[in-house]
Amino acid sequence: MSTSPEILAALVFTGLVVAMGLTILGLVRLVTWGLGTARQKRGKYEAYECGVPKEGSARDRFEVHFYLVALLFVLFDIETVFLLPYAVSFKTLGMAGFYEVLAFVAILGLGLVYLVKRGALEWE
Amino acid sequence: MADYLWKLLPILLVFGGVLGIVPFLVFLERKICAYIQDRVGPNRVGLLGPDGFLEAVVGVPITKKRILGGFFQPLADAIKLITKEDFIPSHAEKFLFTMAPFFALLPPFLAFIVIPVGPDVTLFGQSVMLQVADLNVGVLWILAVASLSAYGVAMGGWASNSKYSLLGGIRATAQMISYEVAMGIVLLSVLMHYDSVSLRDMVGVQSAGLGSWGLWHQPVAFILFVICAFAENNRLPFDLPECEAELVGGYHTEYNSMKFGMFFQGEYIAMLGMGALTTALFLGGWHFPGYAWLKETIGAWVTVFALAAFAAKVMAFVLFQMWVRWTLPRFRYDQLMNLGWKGMIPIALLNLIVTAWINLPKGT
Repeated sequence: MSTSPEILAALVFTGLVVAMGLTILGLVRLVTWGLGTARQKRGKYEAYECGVPKEGSARDRFEVHFYLVALLFVLFDIETVFLLPYAVSFKTLGMAGFYEVLAFVAILGLGLVYLVKRGALEWE
Repeated sequence: MADYLWKLLPILLVFGGVLGIVPFLVFLERKICAYIQDRVGPNRVGLLGPDGFLEAVVGVPITKKRILGGFFQPLADAIKLITKEDFIPSHAEKFLFTMAPFFALLPPFLAFIVIPVGPDVTLFGQSVMLQVADLNVGVLWILAVASLSAYGVAMGGWASNSKYSLLGGIRATAQMISYEVAMGIVLLSVLMHYDSVSLRDMVGVQSAGLGSWGLWHQPVAFILFVICAFAENNRLPFDLPECEAELVGGYHTEYNSMKFGMFFQGEYIAMLGMGALTTALFLGGWHFPGYAWLKETIGAWVTVFALAAFAAKVMAFVLFQMWVRWTLPRFRYDQLMNLGWKGMIPIALLNLIVTAWINLPKGT
């Protein structure tokens, strides 16, 4: 089985972009090393906190809300994935398919309403 | 074999076009923001005159007046960025820190694969399609690479091991995935309207004059898509991941040298990509009024005009993005999330249902 020109072209393009990205990364390393631009200064390798000495670790706890958003994203993205086959073939499915997708969206819409009512999307 | 070789033409055209136009965009944005803020902007590094390119090479300014002043600023910036020391902060995760800019640059570039930039052109008896690849997944490819773009930002923010970067990275991830859901649903209703997933077919549908452009048939989708485009690219008014007033530089606070340059480049390529996508989906792609008439008059040369029309539409969208950036203030984070989850997603779902209702063959 031969690869179609389309997929091959997409691969070649991807290869070009990857090569370009890695070349830039390599080039800056090379220039830094070759031109010897490195200067040693106190605090240079520390995290930037507006000039004052670094305090505490960055590996700290952060708001649980962000995890919640990630979870909701998975739910709603799967919804998009489920709607996709419908969007592609909605003309052949006709009215029956339309009512079914209406029910599907209604259930998800109820879910969204529930989320809002429970305050899952409240930020302070 | 020949059709494999001819594929190189669109590949090089798109690759070179994108790479060539990005430095120009940086210059353009600096100039536009300067004029909006009643400043002059970069006007020194030009071709002739004092501080010009030729003065650096020849040693004399040649003319008294600056010609193309500021136009070579991106070149000077690129040289500066490349020759800056490339170092990794001691606390950072070395591998992820190095690879994050790469992953920020890759996805927006890959989105160009499925975007048709011009009509088929016949060269030496061989018909060449001016699109890198007409993949059968079409617009799904865009969704796939758009979701990858959250990785570069999240990786960069986390690997920097700095509080500002971490906050910027988390914010960016939450924002991008929130608006990605809305964008996915919007794209679904768009592909229902065109009844195809291939962007090539979509542009084909829009060939019948101004009235057939997607903008008029999917106005709600158009507005939602533009808002999502801003949010996905982290552009103002949605640039919370890097809002300089709170987070220094956001996820790229710890980056320097060309690694920062790659984040920067990635942002502009993403702007260009969103412009190209909007053009292909809603603004008629490379079609322009009078295309058919011109094709009869000048034959194959019409391709040049089609490419120019496409470029003009993309640039118009990019300029719009810049204009908005320097005009509107930034959203608050809760406003951003409210707009995404309580505004965009319900409207996008409703739009999907309405689109299905309108396009269904009645009486089945």
